[in-house]
Amino acid sequence: MPKHESSSALVPDENAAPASDPALRHHFDDLAQQHEAATLGMWLFLATEVMFFGGLFSAYMIYRVWYPGTWGDASRTLDITLGTVNTIVLITSSLTMALAVHAAATNERRKVMSFLVVTMVLGVAFLGIKSFEYYQKFAEHHVPGLDFRFEGQAPERANLFFSLYFAMTGLHALHMIIGLGILSVILYMAWRGRFTEAWHTPVEISGLYWHFVDIIWIFLFPLLYLVDRHR
Amino acid sequence: MDTDTLALPRTHYLNAEFGLASWLLTTDHKRIGLLFLGSISMFFVLGGIFAGMIRLELLTPPGDLVSDDTYNKLFTMHGIVMIFMFLIPSIPSVMGNFFVPIMIGARDLAFPRLNLLSWYIFMIGGCFTLYAIVTGGVDTGWTFYTPFSTMASTSNVMAAAVGIFIMGFSSILTGLNFIVTIHTMRAPGMTWFRMPLFLWAMYATSLINVLGTPVLAITIVSVALERAFHLGIFDPAYGGDPLLFQHLFWFYSHPAVYIMILPSMGIVSELIAAFSRKNIFGYTFVAFSSLAIAVFGFLVWGHHMFVAGMSVYGAMIFSVLSFLVAVPSAVKVFNWTATLYKGSVSYQTPMLYALGFIGLFTIGGLTGLFLASLGIDVHVTDTYFVVAHFHYIMVGGALMGYLGGLHYWWPKMTGRMYPDLWGRVAAVVTFLGFNLTFFPQFILGYLGMPRRYHAYPPEFQALNVLSTAGASVMGIGYLMPAIYLFWSLKYGPIAGPNPWGAKGLEWTTPSPPPTFNFDETPVVTEPAYAYDTVEKKLA
Repeated sequence: MPKHESSSALVPDENAAPASDPALRHHFDDLAQQHEAATLGMWLFLATEVMFFGGLFSAYMIYRVWYPGTWGDASRTLDITLGTVNTIVLITSSLTMALAVHAAATNERRKVMSFLVVTMVLGVAFLGIKSFEYYQKFAEHHVPGLDFRFEGQAPERANLFFSLYFAMTGLHALHMIIGLGILSVILYMAWRGRFTEAWHTPVEISGLYWHFVDIIWIFLFPLLYLVDRHR
Repeated sequence: MDTDTLALPRTHYLNAEFGLASWLLTTDHKRIGLLFLGSISMFFVLGGIFAGMIRLELLTPPGDLVSDDTYNKLFTMHGIVMIFMFLIPSIPSVMGNFFVPIMIGARDLAFPRLNLLSWYIFMIGGCFTLYAIVTGGVDTGWTFYTPFSTMASTSNVMAAAVGIFIMGFSSILTGLNFIVTIHTMRAPGMTWFRMPLFLWAMYATSLINVLGTPVLAITIVSVALERAFHLGIFDPAYGGDPLLFQHLFWFYSHPAVYIMILPSMGIVSELIAAFSRKNIFGYTFVAFSSLAIAVFGFLVWGHHMFVAGMSVYGAMIFSVLSFLVAVPSAVKVFNWTATLYKGSVSYQTPMLYALGFIGLFTIGGLTGLFLASLGIDVHVTDTYFVVAHFHYIMVGGALMGYLGGLHYWWPKMTGRMYPDLWGRVAAVVTFLGFNLTFFPQFILGYLGMPRRYHAYPPEFQALNVLSTAGASVMGIGYLMPAIYLFWSLKYGPIAGPNPWGAKGLEWTTPSPPPTFNFDETPVVTEPAYAYDTVEKKLA
């Protein structure tokens, strides 16, 4: 084989039909390999995300064990109704995301687009409710650093609770915003008809990311809102 | 092969495209490896200058060269630059980027654009840290211990912290890329246990990068937020705990030591096999020892905190776990030695670095056992004994391996040979200079000279003078490769595809390799170090 030919000459099996797929990047042999790489990459990235949140989760759990009283008091000031509604909103968005992935696998372009839109609307709704909760905290002077006030014993420890509350939910919200950005790109790609039955990897791995962000909330909600509700 | 035909014009990754844009927008893993090589070399010079100033200050007992404040900034910036901007990225980003795809017979890494992004992220993070340096530096020590870093320090902690946070993502993305590439893109016949040991080391390193770095990232974010908004997570006034910072910090930063040393061990495995013409003794054990080091590395962070206020039982557990890391490390050293036994050893430049690595790493590792022992640790904590120990590992180990690998693969990367005599001289000078620099520090530390002080009692001067003298010898040892390697780019003899007669897919493709590494996807049919068969044929 001559050395100066283009990359396509390097694909080993030139008779294989998928090799000509426009979605195939030059350095992969076939779409299956490309799909495997992308999926594994996303799972690994999610593993790093678990470790990223893990630092805050450990900090939260340590102080929760050290200061059960104050943290119970602080936790009870959170709006459990809004928290529950938000949990339902987010789980529903995970469902519609899964449906979008399924529709992509069966190559139903319009369904992919509508489910993506519903997912994004639910995501925005979650962020809207979250901002309202933040506004409440602001009004109640429960934001650390900004004229923080807390009735009850050891207000400085409540300050620590709210620090972690804002750090964890803020980081989660940031991930939601990034997720919305990703989904808009996926929506655009779906609109342009980029996905086929053979190749819809981006929809799938964005779905993984969206579910991951959902799961983080599933841990945050009981830790932050439901702690000490029994008293 | 005939050298005349080799000298004929040929398209390879270096001359396939020209111009600045072809480099800054490249997705070729080999070019990105060279981008990293350029950047980290500059950072190495910078960190070296700081080191030189530290050693000059310590030449005389009084603090006469720089003020105490400047001295704090000097050792902090030396640590930050050398650890985060040189040692951690060095081998994975340069040799890993360049050789992981070639050694498994792939055309590129799994995510080429992500790979380019990781260089940009690294440079952006580097700029923040450089900004911290030019705006007066940081005085917290590279460990950013709270509460000093969050409340007391008036230096530019924020910029340095943001820089390190950003550079962390570069490590994460590179590690992620390597793991996916090794899992999904191996050439036909390249089974896991036919992979060169360098790849096993890269794989283990990437696992640490992927699982450890995010913890450092969130810790550094917390420090920055605490400085800005008084979050209180590490502040006792709010019920926070400064020790929590140390736990989170060392959860990454102890494994980070293995990010620095494991890749070097991988390179040394390649060098020992190639220059003693033998299969690595106990290949499987060496491969698994890399993974074992990665796993144990996550369980020993507490040994940095023996005197920081840990319960005696906690300290005992961390002490035992720390001893455990010595087991896989010793497995490697013994297996390298067993490989050398009755091998046809040739002492070319890379091999000298590899042998230097084994000697220095052994000293560094054994003194690590001293430090893991609770009683001795209490005596030598925060003395020059610790400084000497980790420099034996990081400079004597990680850097010797890096230089060995650079010399070994230089002909493949550039297509040119360097003068081997100068290489051997440089390796020996570095080895001698290194020992002269850091061995006296073991004694200094044992006698009680504390680290991070810019002045010291006169009775320590003799050993400090030795140390500073050694540092200048070592500096010459690092300067020499810089000169002759540059020289070789233009005047070095044409290398040919396999100047060492080594095994491995990287030696089957032309030097420098073509853009997509191989003209045809290679098929692997034998173990990584099947030198025995070659030697038998020759005999």
